[in-house]
Amino acid sequence: MTEEQIERYSRHILLPEVGGKGQISLLSSRVLIIGAGGLGSPAALYLAAAGVGTIGLVDMDVVDLSNLQRQILHGTPDVDHPKVLSGKEKIEALNPDVKVETYPFALTAANARDVVSGYDVILDGTDNFPAKFLINDLAVLSGKPLVHGGILRFVGQVLTIRPGESACYRCLFREPPPAGAVPSCSEAGVLGVIAGVIGTIQATEVLKLLLGKGDLLTNRLLTYDALTVAFRNVAVRKNPKCPVCGDHPVITELIDYEQTVCTTPGV
Amino acid sequence: MSVVVRIPTPLRKLTGNQGEVREEGGTVREILDGLESHYPGIRERLTDEAGELRRFINIYLNEEDIRFAEGLDTKVKAGDEVSIIPAIAGGAR
Repeated sequence: MTEEQIERYSRHILLPEVGGKGQISLLSSRVLIIGAGGLGSPAALYLAAAGVGTIGLVDMDVVDLSNLQRQILHGTPDVDHPKVLSGKEKIEALNPDVKVETYPFALTAANARDVVSGYDVILDGTDNFPAKFLINDLAVLSGKPLVHGGILRFVGQVLTIRPGESACYRCLFREPPPAGAVPSCSEAGVLGVIAGVIGTIQATEVLKLLLGKGDLLTNRLLTYDALTVAFRNVAVRKNPKCPVCGDHPVITELIDYEQTVCTTPGV
Repeated sequence: MSVVVRIPTPLRKLTGNQGEVREEGGTVREILDGLESHYPGIRERLTDEAGELRRFINIYLNEEDIRFAEGLDTKVKAGDEVSIIPAIAGGAR
């Protein structure tokens, strides 16, 4: 580390759980953030500030005015600009130590394995079930740890997945709900700051994974309800019959679910 | 037995916006029967035509998934908490 880096990361280096060694390992780590929106924004900013050496941003969208209520990676001048480029600018301004790789397209069964190769950890900041199941399967099939997050209205969920060792998202929820069974944020609304709470918990899990410290949110789903200020953990178990990580998996290749998002009225 | 049932956000329209309700019953199934009688329409959101729990909904008795106990026949006792937790997907858009 340079003198400047020692100063920049001094509050990390002071922590015995991080130290100089941990900081150097963060600087050589690679994290793939899928979705540069509500969850991806705070996660990307904190991981960049923490000195994660390479951050990949996957997002096909451009910034919309309605995003700015919660997507703090983007500003008013970024409206209509690709999210990955807006995100890259913010991250590089925050910390020039971070290299940002941009993927301005949707993750699909066809491209996901290429995109994820070379990354150490995946952070799911997507907004729809087909993507969340695709990312779960990608993590399991490629053996990469995944930090899952979801938000809606005033609530959020986080689950950390160590493929082969802990329960995956499909152990918890076997398949995507049919379109319309569960409302999406664009239908049901979301308190912007929930994205901050959940996205930063996801970033925390990523740092713990990279540093190998602490107890992860594996085999337990964290739920947060802002209205009652209740954080709850519920037990999740690895399901031997899980279609992707069970003893006799039936999903051995990635699947694109044909489900459009945001097409049905809210509940 | 009176237990507390935690209602997830997407279903609160059916419970008059209540996040917690009390129901009587000896098993999770009886608790769901009670919910349906007080909040008609809630059952079809939780179970399919065959009466099985929908695949994107989990029910927890205290902090354990009922799937790892006796499913809907899992016994409940006074003071227990039943949580209904659906998959949620928001995040980016």
